[in-house]
Amino acid sequence: MRAEAYLAREETVAGWVVRVISYQLGERFLASVENADVGARIARAEAGTREEAERVAIDRANERLARTRRRA
Amino acid sequence: MEVRLSTHASSYAHPEVLVSTDWVANHLRDAKVRIIEVDVDTASYEQGHVPSAVGWNWMTELCDPLVRDIVSKDRLEALMSKSGIANDTTVVLYGDNNNWFAAWAFWQLKIYGHADVRIMNGGRKKWLEEGRELSADVPTPAATAYRASEPDESIRVYLPEVRSSMGGSTVLIDVRSPAEFTGEILSPPGLPETCQRGGHIPGAKNVPWAKACKEDGTFKEAADLLNIYASVGVEADKPVIAYCRIGERSSHTWFVLKYLLGHKNVRNYDGSWTEWGNLVGAPVER
Repeated sequence: MRAEAYLAREETVAGWVVRVISYQLGERFLASVENADVGARIARAEAGTREEAERVAIDRANERLARTRRRA
Repeated sequence: MEVRLSTHASSYAHPEVLVSTDWVANHLRDAKVRIIEVDVDTASYEQGHVPSAVGWNWMTELCDPLVRDIVSKDRLEALMSKSGIANDTTVVLYGDNNNWFAAWAFWQLKIYGHADVRIMNGGRKKWLEEGRELSADVPTPAATAYRASEPDESIRVYLPEVRSSMGGSTVLIDVRSPAEFTGEILSPPGLPETCQRGGHIPGAKNVPWAKACKEDGTFKEAADLLNIYASVGVEADKPVIAYCRIGERSSHTWFVLKYLLGHKNVRNYDGSWTEWGNLVGAPVER
């Protein structure tokens, strides 16, 4: 098997710039969200379509990012 | 180790420690080569990995399970043996997040004296992006009787020495993101807070680890790297200490400075901010 249709883009989630990465692996689509500045992965998901995998990963990332506190 | 750091660096000091994805693809069945995947996200390996690659879990296999420390010599020997690595095997490391934990593993293998360790330039991301073959099969290599050297502590630094180096000639490089460096956040966004105070060690310069990488995850050219680190005062033979939050991002920068730029005296402070930022009475700058 191979990763097919590898896509990466940046967007803002809960006020943080993140990179959304997705690709197809066999019958499945895998998506992950990482913070753009640090590079660490925040969330990932797997689903039957790219849209669903990205939606779930972004939802999970949103939940975690919303808990990150900015200090003065 | 020969140091070729100069203001006109046109090539890496030790190009032999980097291999391309092409090179790996051509050595998948080379009995003298063992490919190892080490990821931040320990589930990535199971999703599909470079065929014949063995997966290492940094949380359970590259750390002491009880004391906060790197893997012990005995456990490293057991890990290498069960991974089919002999003392003369070429070990090629790769992983996610532009090889963060591959660099962490590289640093530990050097502490225990493994001679031939290399990193796949671009890591897992580049392999995936290039649409190369992946496998879900977990290899079961024939076990070896690996013998590690006594730890080489010259590439590691502990808290007391970091403290005493403040204000001296040592260049302290904080490789975390600018927001972590300034104390705006206590950990990377989305991850649990693991310190009591935000900021950085007084006098440290902020050079985020990612500055060493291109968009495709491969390392920048030597001349570019030289300029990046020279701009914060890194010079040949000047002692350098790199740190981050837990020591893996700083392993990446340590690798760049020591092997790509040939800097002689560079050490990784793996206690990093999770140690310093939790210490009672430690000075913090913002």
